[in-house]
Amino acid sequence: MRRLLILGAGTAGTIAANKLRRMLDADDWQITIVDQRGTHYYQPAFLFIPFGRYRPDKARRKASRLIPSGVTRVEGEIDRVDPDARRVALADGTVLPYDYLIIATGTSPHPEETPGMEGDWHGAVHSFYTFDDAVALRGALAGFTGGRLVVHISEMPIKCPVAPLEFTLLADAHLRERDIRDKVDITFVTPLSGAFTKPVASAAFGGMLDERGIAVEPDFMVESIDAEAHRLVSYDEREVPYDLLVTVPVNKGAAFVGRSGLGDELDFVPVDPHTLRHAAHPEIFAVGDAAAVPTSKAGAVAHFELDVFPENFVRIVAGEEPVESFDGHATCFIESGAGKAMLIDFNYDTEPLPGMFPVPALGPLPLLKESRFNHWGKLAFEPLYWSMLLPGRPLPLPAHMSMRGKRVPS
Amino acid sequence: MSTTTLAGREIHVDAEGFLTEYDEWDEALAAQLADQIGVALTPEHWDVIRFLRADYAETGQTATTRRVQAVGGFPVKQQFVLFPKKPGKKMSYIAGLPKPAGCV
Ligand SMILES: Cc1cc2nc3c(=O)[nH]c(=O)nc-3n(C[C@H](O)[C@H](O)[C@H](O)COP(=O)(O)OP(=O)(O)OC[C@H]3O[C@@H](n4cnc5c(N)ncnc54)[C@H](O)[C@@H]3O)c2cc1C
Repeated sequence: MRRLLILGAGTAGTIAANKLRRMLDADDWQITIVDQRGTHYYQPAFLFIPFGRYRPDKARRKASRLIPSGVTRVEGEIDRVDPDARRVALADGTVLPYDYLIIATGTSPHPEETPGMEGDWHGAVHSFYTFDDAVALRGALAGFTGGRLVVHISEMPIKCPVAPLEFTLLADAHLRERDIRDKVDITFVTPLSGAFTKPVASAAFGGMLDERGIAVEPDFMVESIDAEAHRLVSYDEREVPYDLLVTVPVNKGAAFVGRSGLGDELDFVPVDPHTLRHAAHPEIFAVGDAAAVPTSKAGAVAHFELDVFPENFVRIVAGEEPVESFDGHATCFIESGAGKAMLIDFNYDTEPLPGMFPVPALGPLPLLKESRFNHWGKLAFEPLYWSMLLPGRPLPLPAHMSMRGKRVPS
Repeated sequence: MSTTTLAGREIHVDAEGFLTEYDEWDEALAAQLADQIGVALTPEHWDVIRFLRADYAETGQTATTRRVQAVGGFPVKQQFVLFPKKPGKKMSYIAGLPKPAGCV
């Protein structure tokens, strides 16, 4: 029996387990998946929970029901990988040997990385990047009646890099609905030089913030938070005061990755961007947010990776060369408030561009433009996530990005 | 991608003026690039630039400010003093490397 061990049963690990169980012969392959939690969260819902527009319990399901029969589920905290002995140790002392290892332990927010941030957590300092944080922010936002609302990104990369922008636009719409928008100053504080990472999209998003009277504080690298004075302080000594701070803390990979000598300075796993294979340990792969590859950390990326990766994996274990190549494809809906959303589609080489998706000219989803269709698309995704994406059933979206339907602005 | 003439020779640059060919860079060029963005190079600057060049040769990616601190040993605060306002961009510009790609 050959042993495949998958670390992490989030979006990427669950898809990998479902697809590979169907593709690898049950007589030859034992597949095990480890996660510290018994609950699987639909993280895109964390964006909506703070506005009271999403019942929190709809965002989580029992993890065991998402793992297919024929895959052994182990609940426990991963403590260390010994890549030379090909063994994984859990915090409770369990040791799991493997022949092949897939690291899919994602990324999580680390408020303790920024001095002063943890001290006032769920006081005037909030976030929406975990289930508990999103629920706590719902209370804080309901009690917020005026003052300075600051939405803040601590450091790149973060998962779903458009989420803070979406939160800002939704907060603007939410405050208008409550008729208190004129009592609130909204500021978007970012370490980037504009509203987004790539120029064409950044200009489009910047315009949307501008139209809504939202101030942008760019190139802001936070050094600390003065929790008493309610101020963000940057390395170049700028200060941004707040009454309610909604921050995205530093996002890091799982600590065991670094402890095992497999990570970069943020505990992400450097792998080949096209095959997702570790250079020094060819039997180790990283998928989803855990991988240090130059594309967005997003569920959509995990999905496209896992359209390509399983076939390659099957070839590799049969002693053949990988042929498929992941292109960094990402597709993200961006909620912009009042029942509309934008859509972006890009990869390692091509930035988000205007046009129509997925069918050229017809769409129905316009790229880089606000539309009700996009909003419906985003809402429609949640049931598909549970019923199609996680079980690894085919969705009618191409794995590789296509230039068809896109316009390059001059 | 286009070309421009600097320090008396032709070099390949992207839309924002970052060098696209690792091997077209040398220290004379760095001094000119620094001059263009108003940075006067001291030995401390050179230490950072040399780290960035060596790290890129090893990893194929431009180090982020966090990596320059964690692996290079230059605190972020010092990077802001040496390359005011936008250390990530300024360091990589002078070192003849692409902008750090942590930002996707
Ligand atoms: C607010 C928000 C909004 C988002 N919106 C979107 C969106 O609209 N579209 C989109 O495509 N993506 C979105 N995302 C991103 C998306 O949720 C993630 O990119 C995706 O879930 C990544 O999957 P993953 O499997 O790599 O990581 P995860 O799904 O996070 O799974 C990682 C798993 O590893 C486990 N784990 C970690 N460390 C250990 C350990 N030491 N021991 C045991 N288990 C461990 C965790 O418990 C977890 O179950 C959003 C994310 C957030 C936070």
